[in-house]
Amino acid sequence: MRRFVLIAVPYVWLLALFLVPFVIVFKISLSDAAIARPPYLPQFDWVSGFGAFLADLDFENFIFLTEDNLYWKAYLSSAKIALISTFCTLLVGYPIAYAMARAPDEWRATLMMLVILPFWTSFLIRVYAWMGILSNEGFLNQFLLWTGIISTPLTILNTNTAVYIGIVYTYLPFMILPIYAALERLDGSLIEAAEDLGCSRLLAFWLVTIPLSRPGIIAGSFLVFIPVLGEFVIPSLLGGSGTLMIGKVLWEEFFSNRDWPVASAVAVILLLILVIPIVLFQRNQQKQAEAEE
Amino acid sequence: MNTSVFAPWEDPNAKPLISFRNVTKRFGSFTAIDNLSLDIFEKEFFALLGPSGCGKTTMMRMLAGFETVTEGTIELAGQDIAAVPPNKRAVNMMFQSYALFPHLSVWENIAFGLRRDKMPKQDLEARVEEMLKLTRLEKFARRKPHQISGGQRQRVALARSLAKAPKLLLLDEPLGALDKKLRQDTQFELMDIQESTGTTFVIVTHDQEEAMTVASRVAVMDEGLLKQVATPDRIYETPNSVYVADFIGDVNIIQGRTTTANEGTYRVDWAEGQAALNATSATEFSNDQTCHLAIRPEKITITADRPENADNVVQGKVHDIAYLGNLSTYYVELSNGTMIKAQAANTRRISRRSFTWEDPVWLSWTATAGVLLAN
Repeated sequence: MRRFVLIAVPYVWLLALFLVPFVIVFKISLSDAAIARPPYLPQFDWVSGFGAFLADLDFENFIFLTEDNLYWKAYLSSAKIALISTFCTLLVGYPIAYAMARAPDEWRATLMMLVILPFWTSFLIRVYAWMGILSNEGFLNQFLLWTGIISTPLTILNTNTAVYIGIVYTYLPFMILPIYAALERLDGSLIEAAEDLGCSRLLAFWLVTIPLSRPGIIAGSFLVFIPVLGEFVIPSLLGGSGTLMIGKVLWEEFFSNRDWPVASAVAVILLLILVIPIVLFQRNQQKQAEAEE
Repeated sequence: MNTSVFAPWEDPNAKPLISFRNVTKRFGSFTAIDNLSLDIFEKEFFALLGPSGCGKTTMMRMLAGFETVTEGTIELAGQDIAAVPPNKRAVNMMFQSYALFPHLSVWENIAFGLRRDKMPKQDLEARVEEMLKLTRLEKFARRKPHQISGGQRQRVALARSLAKAPKLLLLDEPLGALDKKLRQDTQFELMDIQESTGTTFVIVTHDQEEAMTVASRVAVMDEGLLKQVATPDRIYETPNSVYVADFIGDVNIIQGRTTTANEGTYRVDWAEGQAALNATSATEFSNDQTCHLAIRPEKITITADRPENADNVVQGKVHDIAYLGNLSTYYVELSNGTMIKAQAANTRRISRRSFTWEDPVWLSWTATAGVLLAN
């Protein structure tokens, strides 16, 4: 009995907080928008019965998504932004993780703390802070003007560049931590062995360090890619009208258009798209766990 | 002397493969290697032996190129190697942890060094196969390091470091991770491989038995200094200091004062009420000089009755017996409280042994059995 309860807890959790909401969202995506409260039809009522209720549901909204090219462009643009920013995060995060792993033991805890420290302030405040830095009169432009590198302020805020900066900044810890974990376990004598067998420092890094930190790279990339794909706050605050991301589209459908059924359909498709990288991520984690046994 | 005996260190014209010239290595204020000079010759199996922290691993890492020399020079085949990085040295190392690449198969591990040399594919494959055969690993070529046993991993590490046919192979505690039985078998394997490849081996170990078994010469180190460099039998039979005598094997050390008896023989007064001991020595001692007489337990005869015509005889009683199966070590307490170890082969059944605990016994040894040491 106790065992059953123990197993049941995560399932009940999933059922109540994931599956049930998902079914509700899926149901809304099959409904029609209406000026009502809540703003869609049909609503289930006992008088007309279950059959009539089901008969009113259709895939109209999903078909609509394929007809208006705004949506697939937004998905594609989101994927592109997620891909590029994951890559940029990797480029920035790997050297940091590498330096942390090679730092003297007594420094590591402090460095780790510094990586996690930004989480202590609200995410929103940190993104707003970037607005202050990147705007035309912001700190960055003031600094560059002061040093004389530029004579007119750069337009960074409300462009894709600002979105990339915001994403890389926000998601950096998710990239650093798994890579650091992989690099920290790396036995230093493996690098010496590679050098002893004729590798230069650089080649030893490429042939030994990179392959052995690959599980960390993969885990970090997924941890960044998956949430960035549906990211809404960063593009809406730092991005401009030209920044097209599915998270933003979703928000506008819900709150500006008040078209819940279409918004739900967008959400369902987003989830289906995300399932692929999530499954791949799980497989990577599992493979890593098996390799450690 | 038989000229076919391999002993280049006795030939003044022989060119050493490696020579350390007044090498000093400091880590901050700590001196790991202290003004040390040493020649190692081609085809030698040379052992660096010492307790942990004596500097033996530092010596090896300087040869491999992972540590720089603070003062002095190291020459490999007549060339100063200070400026040569590890990847350009004709030296390979077998690491204590084996340092096998976990993401590569056994085959790829062995091929790793050859690929860096851009060896043609056919030659490379032939060389890897040869190494697999040498170390009897043919069956495991496709496995990853975590899929094979500790002994097999050790052989992969050996094959990988030998694949490039280095002038010099460094082995850092190569058998440390193996259990005793496997270690003994592997020692002989190592010797066979060393002989068949003709590579110069330098092995670092803290296990004196291992050093004695495999090496052509042994260097006993302590605190960054070479205490003695000699063949295993000379290290054992004629240690040059109490430290070496004590580090290698079991030994009784008796402190006393010398009196010259004859040319080359001395009388050692060592305790009140005990007869002086007779010992021969090749090194000169002056009268009343402090000395240490080192005698191996197996060179002491233990008897129930007083032996006749023995050079040295002392009486005591059996305090303890360590039974090792083939041998027994008797701890005999003399009347003045000194404890002397004597070892005897158990040629008779244990029930028929002529003495046991608390029995009075006589210990005797010849004048040539021990070694007189000044310090």
